[in-house]
Amino acid sequence: MKKIIKYVLLDLLRNRIIIAYTIFLAVISLSVFNLEDNPSKGILSLLNLVLIIVPLVSVVFSTIYVYNAAEFIELLVSQPLRRVNIWLSIFTGLASSVCMAFLVGCGIPVLIYAPGDTGLMMTAMGLLLTIVFVAIALLASVLTRDKAKGIGVAILLWFYFTLIFDGIVLFLLFQFMDYPMEKPMIVFSCLNPVDLARILILLKMDISALMGATSAIFRDFFGNQWGIAATISIMLAWAIMPLWWSVRKFNRKDL
Amino acid sequence: MTLFNNYMKNLSLVACLIVCTITANAKTWVVRPAGPLKWLQEAIDNARPGDTILVEKGVYRQPTIVVNKPLYIKGIDCPVLDGQKKYEIMDIKSDGVVVEGFVIVHSGYSSYNDIAAIRIINSRLVIIRNNKFDDTFFGIYSQHAVNCTIAGNTLHSNAVNEITSANGIHCWKSDSMQIINNTISGHRDGIYFEFVTNSQIKKNISTGNVRYGLHFMFSNDDLYEGNLFKNNGAGVAVMFSKGVTMLRNTFSENWGGAAYGILLKEISDSHIQHNRFIRNTTGIFMEGTNRIKVEQNVFDNNGWALKIQASCNDNTVTGNNFIGNSFDVATNGTLVLNSFTNNYWDKYEGYDLNRDGIGDVPYRPVSVYAMIAERNPVTMMLFRSFITGLLDKAEKTIPGFIPENLKDDRPKMKAFK
Repeated sequence: MKKIIKYVLLDLLRNRIIIAYTIFLAVISLSVFNLEDNPSKGILSLLNLVLIIVPLVSVVFSTIYVYNAAEFIELLVSQPLRRVNIWLSIFTGLASSVCMAFLVGCGIPVLIYAPGDTGLMMTAMGLLLTIVFVAIALLASVLTRDKAKGIGVAILLWFYFTLIFDGIVLFLLFQFMDYPMEKPMIVFSCLNPVDLARILILLKMDISALMGATSAIFRDFFGNQWGIAATISIMLAWAIMPLWWSVRKFNRKDL
Repeated sequence: MTLFNNYMKNLSLVACLIVCTITANAKTWVVRPAGPLKWLQEAIDNARPGDTILVEKGVYRQPTIVVNKPLYIKGIDCPVLDGQKKYEIMDIKSDGVVVEGFVIVHSGYSSYNDIAAIRIINSRLVIIRNNKFDDTFFGIYSQHAVNCTIAGNTLHSNAVNEITSANGIHCWKSDSMQIINNTISGHRDGIYFEFVTNSQIKKNISTGNVRYGLHFMFSNDDLYEGNLFKNNGAGVAVMFSKGVTMLRNTFSENWGGAAYGILLKEISDSHIQHNRFIRNTTGIFMEGTNRIKVEQNVFDNNGWALKIQASCNDNTVTGNNFIGNSFDVATNGTLVLNSFTNNYWDKYEGYDLNRDGIGDVPYRPVSVYAMIAERNPVTMMLFRSFITGLLDKAEKTIPGFIPENLKDDRPKMKAFK
């Protein structure tokens, strides 16, 4: 297993797209912090990067990588290796290399220019989102044999998590405006890793605005140590569930 | 300026009074626990107007002390006046009394009477300074007082809720009061004014009170300068008054659904200038206000910098800095009778082609999301998501939701220092 992880990792670190992604993140974060004199405004600009671009790149890149590595995977399967190990090593290699790209490109500039709670939370959430979306990508690529279709599914999932889901929630909130929606809202936000990440960053960034009466329930739920621990474990569940599902699928897949 | 002159006049008058009495026929009485004079009340009864009473170190437990003649009462090495949780500690019923240097603790508590540590009744030119109050119900209570000075006191209580607690400095139907350099914490309202006119509140620190740091109603022509109001349950509330001037105060960390840096309700002809609003849920909340000038203030890191309801009329918001607020301005209707000019908004995305320091396109400080959150507060949880960003961008291009007239036509490109 170690050998496969090592191979995947080395292969990916030399990958042009990963290098380009790292440079892209680094250029954006550095220019954002250098253009804005106020680091908290820079963090705000990077929020969209973390919540939109990072999931997109992680999901699309991982899907394509898995499809391109189809022959390599077939070769591995023909060896006396357990399929679970092969799949998990590919996941580990992918997740750690994309995470590394994020950490170098975005995490380090954030921690240098805007050290503190908000920056730390943003880096942590970026890493978690990367892992979650790599897992989702593996699921998407194991579900379909056709490469184009697989990428399509991956992009659709990304689109759902970043835009459609929030649209539906907003619609529901207005439909049920006359009812107390605070608790359902907590459940809604747990159904979407991007929302969870955003709320945790928001709790550090817009704490004053979130102190309003109705928002207080969110602060009570997400704001304390237990809440943060709970949300991070939900995020991890968001990574583990698709991964586990994809492992099951991969085990039975006729290559 | 007239207020200041007035203040100086009062001060010199009091000083004159003291000097005259001491040089003329003043006698000095010394109260000490060992005797012969053991009780402050005994000394007061024996003294003649204008005498000096020195109280030496010790703990004095007695019923209410009544001061009914002009005296200079000074504590030496912080003697303690203890109300044993039963009594009002001192009633001042005479003009020209000075009380200084005491530690005043454990006043009575009542949900029926307003029991205070020191009460000033129908008097003029009373000075209460450099005392320390602890565990009192009302701290200093003035009724029908004129030209009194309350300075350099520290008032602390252990208020738990609004019902079982009372105010630090409470003034009722008073005039020309000077409240200077006091530190108030743990009361219901830090400073409470009702029907108090021509007064000055300067350099006080009011923190951690259960309800308001400063609360005043029906109090006209007062000046508030250089105070700090921090971390109070509901910030500062200013209601039903006119001619209020607020300069160089700091309002910070007032957090909660109903907490405001300043809550202005039915205020007219007032002036709010050079104040700093930092990390409040709402910086200023205006309701039914007329002709208020909000100038050169700094709004930094608030949830909502300014909530200005449609019932406000003729207010001007000029030359302020809006920096790092989640929302700059929110309102509850489409009617806008107030003007915004020359402010610096950090969210402004316009340009300045002729380089005169003024942006060439107007800035609309109300974001559509602020309007949505005003109607449906739970949607706050979708704040800063992709979809709300799209909504905001669409609305900025073609305003439909947000009030058409609420805009700054001359937004500044740079913040003032």
